[in-house]
Amino acid sequence: MSTTDKTTPAAEPAEPAAAEPAERAAADDASEAAAGAQLSTAPAEDTAGPVGIGLLGWLRWFWRQLTSMRVALLLLFLLSLGAIPGSLVPQTHIDPLKVEQWKKTHEFWVPLAEKLQLFEVYGSVWFSAIYILLFVSLIGCIVPRTWQFVGQLTGRPPGAPKRLDRMPVHATWRTTATPEEVLAHARTLLGRRRFRTEAAAGGSSVAAEKGYLREAGNLVFHLALIAILVAFAWGKLYKYEGGKLVLRGKGFSNTLTQYDDFKPGSLFDADGLPPFSFTLDRFDASFEKTGPQRGTARTFKAYVTWSRGADGTPTKAEIEVNKPLEIDGSKVFLLGHGYAPVVSVTDPTGKVVFKDAVPMLPQDANLTSSGAIKVADGYANKDGVKEQLGFTALFVPTFAGEGSGTMFSQFPELANPRLALNAWHGSLGVDSGLPQNVYRLETSKMQQFKDDSGQPFKQRLALGEEMVLPGGAGTVKFEGIERWATFQISEQPGNGLALGGAVGAVVGLAGSLFIQRRRIWVRAVSGPDGVTVVEMAGLGRSESAKLPEELADLAATLNQQAPTAPDPEPEEAEESREGERG
Amino acid sequence: MTPLAVAANESLAEISNYLIYSSMAVYTLAFLAHIAEWVFGSRSKVGRTAAALTSTPAAAAPAVQVRGKGTATAVLDKPKVVSRGAAGGRHVPDGPGAAGGSEKGDLYGRIAVSLTVLGFLIEFAGVVARALSVERAPWGNMYEFSITFSTMAVGVYLALLALGKNVRWLGLVLVTTVLLDLGIATKWLYTDSDQLVPALDSYWLWIHVSTAIFCGATFYIGAAGTALYLFRDSYETKLAGGGKPGAFASSVLERLPAAATLDKFSYRINAAVFPLWTFTIIAGAIWAGDAWGRYWDWDPKEVWSFVTWVAYACYLHARATAGWKGRKAAYLALFAFACWIWNYYGVNILLNGKHSYGGV
Ligand code: HEM
Repeated sequence: MSTTDKTTPAAEPAEPAAAEPAERAAADDASEAAAGAQLSTAPAEDTAGPVGIGLLGWLRWFWRQLTSMRVALLLLFLLSLGAIPGSLVPQTHIDPLKVEQWKKTHEFWVPLAEKLQLFEVYGSVWFSAIYILLFVSLIGCIVPRTWQFVGQLTGRPPGAPKRLDRMPVHATWRTTATPEEVLAHARTLLGRRRFRTEAAAGGSSVAAEKGYLREAGNLVFHLALIAILVAFAWGKLYKYEGGKLVLRGKGFSNTLTQYDDFKPGSLFDADGLPPFSFTLDRFDASFEKTGPQRGTARTFKAYVTWSRGADGTPTKAEIEVNKPLEIDGSKVFLLGHGYAPVVSVTDPTGKVVFKDAVPMLPQDANLTSSGAIKVADGYANKDGVKEQLGFTALFVPTFAGEGSGTMFSQFPELANPRLALNAWHGSLGVDSGLPQNVYRLETSKMQQFKDDSGQPFKQRLALGEEMVLPGGAGTVKFEGIERWATFQISEQPGNGLALGGAVGAVVGLAGSLFIQRRRIWVRAVSGPDGVTVVEMAGLGRSESAKLPEELADLAATLNQQAPTAPDPEPEEAEESREGERG
Repeated sequence: MTPLAVAANESLAEISNYLIYSSMAVYTLAFLAHIAEWVFGSRSKVGRTAAALTSTPAAAAPAVQVRGKGTATAVLDKPKVVSRGAAGGRHVPDGPGAAGGSEKGDLYGRIAVSLTVLGFLIEFAGVVARALSVERAPWGNMYEFSITFSTMAVGVYLALLALGKNVRWLGLVLVTTVLLDLGIATKWLYTDSDQLVPALDSYWLWIHVSTAIFCGATFYIGAAGTALYLFRDSYETKLAGGGKPGAFASSVLERLPAAATLDKFSYRINAAVFPLWTFTIIAGAIWAGDAWGRYWDWDPKEVWSFVTWVAYACYLHARATAGWKGRKAAYLALFAFACWIWNYYGVNILLNGKHSYGGV
């Protein structure tokens, strides 16, 4: 910036002509600082150490640090880094089985990972600490900023700084209009453009400001973040969520005992389960039959009949993958599907002791499925001793064909189903009180049936085939095939608030980032030769290409009412003012 | 589908492939034309940056003529507006662009831009043909994401050019990455056209995935600007400190816009896209709520979208905080974009979550 400014046409009349350059520069700086004051509510950076003595000084210092932009930045950065490990290490809440597998393959890391709560990153102490600190900081930042903003709303734009040509954008011209006319026109013009205007006390300038919505948007955005967090926490505490496998033709009613697994929020009250029930009438799945994506699922559809309470009217509905059924705030989602071979078992006397559809758990995209058949009651062996039977089962809907050896399904539909069984007898261990996985056979207290050569007895059955257990222990028949679908039933309160917060965040953000807060000043004074000199300047909150354009437009409009006066003398016209180009 | 329709669709898919390959050929020509632009542009070197940085401020460029001139004519000039750079910044003029003021270079540059427009039209047609062949939004697998991604990136670049923004300096970098992206897409990610798995079959696919790809493409342009800013900034710092950058650096960097301009450019791009990225994540959450019953479950894809979002928020905060402007903020912006890219390639291919529709 040049300090030689003899050519300033609009020297402040109030300025003493004899002032020392340094003093004047200082005064200029101060008036510039005032011009930019309160243009935002961002806290000033504070790098001073704790002041005052004792605990209070330290607390105050700590609070100031916590609510400073620098620390907010640091915490935000930590939050982004802290979220990463949860995507690299399997998480218990998503897939506990995968966590078990991971632990087996990374044994060395397990103690460390457990200490760092890496399997529950998003509920871990350290992750919570980061976001709680961040939100405390946010609240500590938002509250004073809101008050400050309210103050700004009721305040007035600050008067024109002494040197308008030191502002980021600036324009000046000489006009034939009088200063009063120029300022009156300027005020109307700025008012029409929805600037808040204020005439200076001396009457030589007009100050105007616009874009308060930027600050409002910014505050709304940060408040919306708090709303989302609250909604998230509320949802976590009061939600319920459970899974249920339903066989075709069977039903489900929404009570605690019916669930296969149930994950309530810590404050959820099980009496609060809305009473409804449904039956699965039909389940359709179709798959790509040809091409490289053969076997990829194309549609899943569950046809259900549901009713409210014990005696509500039955209503038919379809549930698809992206279209849950909503009943009284609870949603029923279709999650998965599979097959359940129907198997019957007879004892040595030929009496049927078991006949049921046994769901198998899919292992791959072609629905190669595995499971366990457990005959807990009613069976006695050849000697009349009560025993339990168990079978590990592998099911394929489309078998590759005899001789191919593998028991992997070739296609997810029932083209050539096979059921392969290994047979065990003894104690299933179901009475031990420990919860058992229905798809796995606990064989520690069982013996495997052996064939004549002493090899484990196993057989692969086609539909309708029967296998005879060694030693006349009974028979097992592959009677038919049922389908099942798994549903997730859940209710999460706070979704409305979360959505509202999300909308608020986007709208607030758009306001905060797209609206410019800016100030415009217009000064008009009579020059030494009696011709009016108009000066305009603009100051924005941050980088914007629009401000120069806006000022140019305003100047051009004002110029129509305050037309440019002819240049006084040719030499003076040549000597334009110095400035820097940026 | 009737066999006839299937045949029609297969031929459409084939047409789409031809179009994509053709666009690659055209982009390659655009690439060569850009190279020619840079090469011929180097002949007319202008050391404006060094001059601006070493001269005293008082002797800076002449002030803009403010007053009107013609006294005889009735129409006087409109008042002109003088802008100053931010206080404390270097006052460096923008470089002249790749052509460097050479006419021949400029001609090649224009040819390159025209070829880019042609490549864009062909690639766009390829994406549309792909969509028609599958009768759905063309965003079902990574091959389709990739071709849409580069189409959108080029589209944004051309739109900025059409709006009269000074972005031609970006041309070479952009065309190079587009070729890279298409090369990877056709060589490694190619998946035959097909229908969608049920989980993707939702109108949210149109909303969520298109905005996600658009955000990525635009963030990419911002990131390219940021990277060039870092180079140009070192160059200016070196000059200001009296250093002498190498001949290659001077030749290339001298022609780029000033560091402050590049910085501002990337900031505006990133800031403009950030609300849309926020919306994209929210749309994804709503979709997840419909599809899986939980709108946020920290699935790897969600985690990385969140990380990307927070990193960009960090960048915007950094810009608002005194000590963090400039290079530090630029590193944050690059980190944020790296997160986006990782979310795209890394998460789809290496981590499997519910979003494992990579199709590779
Ligand atoms: C929960 C985490 C937070 C997120 C995701 C976040 C995000 C953002 C974003 C994206 C902006 C950019 C808008 C703009 O440039 O105008 C912004 C601005 C701002 N944030 Fe935050 N913020 C968070 C926490 C905080 C905290 C804790 C503070 C206070 C210490 C804070 C203070 C500010 C201020 C003052 C601005 C305005 C800067 C300006 O006027 O340019 N934010 N925030």
